[in-house]
Amino acid sequence: MSQVKPIESSNDFVIKFANVNGSGSASANELFARAIMRMGVPVAPRNIFPSNIQGMPTWYEMRVSAAGWLGRRGGCDLMVAMNPQTWDRDIAEIEPGGYLFYDSTKALPRSRFREDITVLGIPLTEMCNREYTDARQRQLFKNIMYVGALTALLGIDFAVVEKLIADQYRGKDKLIGANVNALKLGYEYAKANLSCPIGLRVERSNGVGDRIFINGNDACGLGAVYGGATVAAWYPITPSTSVIEAFGSYCRKYRTDPDNGMARYAIVQAEDELASIGMVIGAAWNGSRAFTATSGPGISLMQEFFGLAYFAEVPAVIFDVQRGGPSTGMPTRTQQSDLISCAYASHGDTKHVMLFPEDPYECFTLGAQAFDLADRLQTPVFVLLDLDIGMNDRLCKPFDWDDSRRYDRGKIMTAEMLDAGKNFGRYLDVDGDGIPWRTIPGTHPSKGAFFSRGTTRNAYAKYSEAGTDYVYNMERLRHKLETAKTLVPAPIVQMAAQPTRFGAIHFGSTSAAMAEALSLLEHSGVHVDAMRVRGFPFADEIIDFINAHDQVFVVEQNESGQLRMLLLTEGDIDPKKLIRVLHYDGTPITARFIAGKIGDALSSHKVTPLRKQVAS
Amino acid sequence: MTYLAKPKLLRADAPRNAVGYTRRDYEGAISTLCAGCGHDSISAAVVQACFDLDVEPHRVAKLSGIGCSSKTPDYFLGASHGFNTTHGRMPSVLTGAALANRDLIYLGVSGDGDSASIGIAQFAHAMRRGVNMTYICENNGVYGLTKGQFSATADKGSKSKRGVVNNDTPIDLVALALQLGASYVARSFSGDKEQLIPLIKGALRHRGPAFIDVISPCVTFNNHAGSTKSYDYVREHNDAVNRIDFILPRDKIETSYPPGSLRRIVQHDGSILHLRKLETEYDPTDRIGAMNYLQERHALGEIVTGLIFVSEDADDLHRHLNTVEKPLNLLGDAYLCPGSQVLQSINDALR
Repeated sequence: MSQVKPIESSNDFVIKFANVNGSGSASANELFARAIMRMGVPVAPRNIFPSNIQGMPTWYEMRVSAAGWLGRRGGCDLMVAMNPQTWDRDIAEIEPGGYLFYDSTKALPRSRFREDITVLGIPLTEMCNREYTDARQRQLFKNIMYVGALTALLGIDFAVVEKLIADQYRGKDKLIGANVNALKLGYEYAKANLSCPIGLRVERSNGVGDRIFINGNDACGLGAVYGGATVAAWYPITPSTSVIEAFGSYCRKYRTDPDNGMARYAIVQAEDELASIGMVIGAAWNGSRAFTATSGPGISLMQEFFGLAYFAEVPAVIFDVQRGGPSTGMPTRTQQSDLISCAYASHGDTKHVMLFPEDPYECFTLGAQAFDLADRLQTPVFVLLDLDIGMNDRLCKPFDWDDSRRYDRGKIMTAEMLDAGKNFGRYLDVDGDGIPWRTIPGTHPSKGAFFSRGTTRNAYAKYSEAGTDYVYNMERLRHKLETAKTLVPAPIVQMAAQPTRFGAIHFGSTSAAMAEALSLLEHSGVHVDAMRVRGFPFADEIIDFINAHDQVFVVEQNESGQLRMLLLTEGDIDPKKLIRVLHYDGTPITARFIAGKIGDALSSHKVTPLRKQVAS
Repeated sequence: MTYLAKPKLLRADAPRNAVGYTRRDYEGAISTLCAGCGHDSISAAVVQACFDLDVEPHRVAKLSGIGCSSKTPDYFLGASHGFNTTHGRMPSVLTGAALANRDLIYLGVSGDGDSASIGIAQFAHAMRRGVNMTYICENNGVYGLTKGQFSATADKGSKSKRGVVNNDTPIDLVALALQLGASYVARSFSGDKEQLIPLIKGALRHRGPAFIDVISPCVTFNNHAGSTKSYDYVREHNDAVNRIDFILPRDKIETSYPPGSLRRIVQHDGSILHLRKLETEYDPTDRIGAMNYLQERHALGEIVTGLIFVSEDADDLHRHLNTVEKPLNLLGDAYLCPGSQVLQSINDALR
């Protein structure tokens, strides 16, 4: 160890696990994250995984933050280096003064280590080989063993982890015993041979509160259950697959008829994304709430159908868990790069409704709300999340539901209304909001039937190529999308502590890093008003916010500044006014990155606190 | 072209079926297809079949893709909801619709371009998935709306109107449907309504995927010498394996058949298909036998028609998914939303 002082930090550090994928490490790492949360300390874990099943490098990054920052921080204070393939880059990533935990079974030359870090070696393989004969067991319990050792090294209460294992394997006593045994072996070895705890410590706190720990995809699946979806059609694609899996497992639990075990839902794995969205449109046309979950390539394949649903005015809900594009891009990395392909999906003049959840809580609430909006507006509604919040467990507010809430099925004309003589024109704007009335097939023996089509028609759904009919329809659709502005979730504003001419707009998963960045900026005397956009078409207040500031940073996770493009186009904004802050290397954006970019741009406007000036 | 409303002049003594509708109630808008188009005969057969079956028009949902054939649902069952979807994608939209409401009758209309080219995947998967539907392919071997290109069902060696010879191997949708698990597979000819109408009736009353390939000559682009989808060619090469009489459970059976000439099939709803054997050895419940027979006859240039295969214990997608009897689109909030208490317990499990 050189002169660099080991990092000392309680409840505020980053641990990174470098593993080989397919080795069972993910569940052990998750167990460790949960243990820290059981200690009452907020944790934000992130899986950084390859598009592969077995043998490739994978990382699990865990940010421990007493302050509750859930964005990615960057850097690494403790590296658990379990993958020889990535050893050198993993070692290099450790912060000066940081810690390295590794399997010391095989001696490594001094040159493979660093002088400015603390090295913690435990002969895990040797211990496992001694303890277990089965190869798979040796592998799996090695993971639990390092969790045990880390428990000791970070000063975590052993009983907390033990209880967690008991909770996890409730009813499978044999597994509990075996896992606790492995945990203990690691724990005791560390206690006996290393100085515990190290400078990084987990201390009991009450920073977690009543928050829950879930990933966005599961929350979307649950939102679809609560939103009343009965038909799900899908095609497997990373990183969206688990949305449907979660929907299925919640449905089996809560949508199975207690009397006869029959399903109050239907899930079909389609042959491709075209068929998935086709089925969704067919089901919704026929009065069911239906959805699909996909990612960028699926969005590309569904384009023609989005145009049909827009033009024939059929509800549909699409969960798009965004990943790195274009083309196959980075299937297991995060990005917010499908805004443009969703906003104006399909040929001709279209515009679509989009919702941007920031975390699993909003994946649930906006996910459920998407079905109301789709029915109300009779148009596709895209819920755009991304891999970062979709596939990583995240602490968030507990879900809530108002039992007095009724589904808004929108303007559906019933047999009674038809019998009462209501004028039914499928594409007629009778209420002045651009939204026509529809009938569900099978409603009435002689009234209200119509022919849906992607070709032009008059207000009574009769085929027509007359320019006046076409223009009436297009103008009504535009009017309908104006109505949508007032129905999508409103933006959320966070005003700076001091009046400022600068603003920042962001959306979706950026919010965690953004909140922290704003705090960092404020500490360094940079004041920025922030707005989180939650829906498209943009509510007027979003444009007002831009107009109320001299310059607005648009912070997003794509290469071309897609939100900025939409704001420029839709808000008729002077391009000079909107400054790009773009992060798109596939990793989640960090507070350090945002604060750095905005801080640099505004350095001339900075109000440096006196204390800091004296110090430097 | 604009929509043409059909005059609704009705004779007072027009016959009504058991649910009180006249034949005219099953008609739609006036066809805009070419005079003599085979597709119009198929529309007429659909009208007759639905009238005979006492189907209430609003209990039918008719869906189609894109092309001449896919325009036809506008020309029949005007009181039914219809959906003219995108090219080749009728099967998926129909599948979704069928999932939403298992109680309606689903009629999918497509063409050879729509089904065998752009939509072959959706066709195949709807069959293998067991969607409860009647799938009619109005097969003329040619793209009409774009003026006469070969489709994927055009026979090798057949000639286009401009004299171009087709070198590609044809796709036989009937053979595909058999291989993919369709439980009711038939082929007919638009010029033979005696054969076609009962086949449509049997299909509409069948539970599971029923596929009917109807050779339907295109009078404008594919009815010349050298075409294998012309009226003349089909008439000359029609190898009908059977003729069917469709009998509703309530009907009295009056026809008498010579001994050994009849095969009686009872469908899940009690409706009966009497197959008058034309090929004495032909067994329409033998899927593999049917596939072999089809290939043998095709090699001889013959077009096998009739009820080629029917499964007596057919099943459908809803039974595979074990969905509730009540249509999913009628389930109210209370049946769908687990409520706040359940959500509370879900929250608790996530801490």
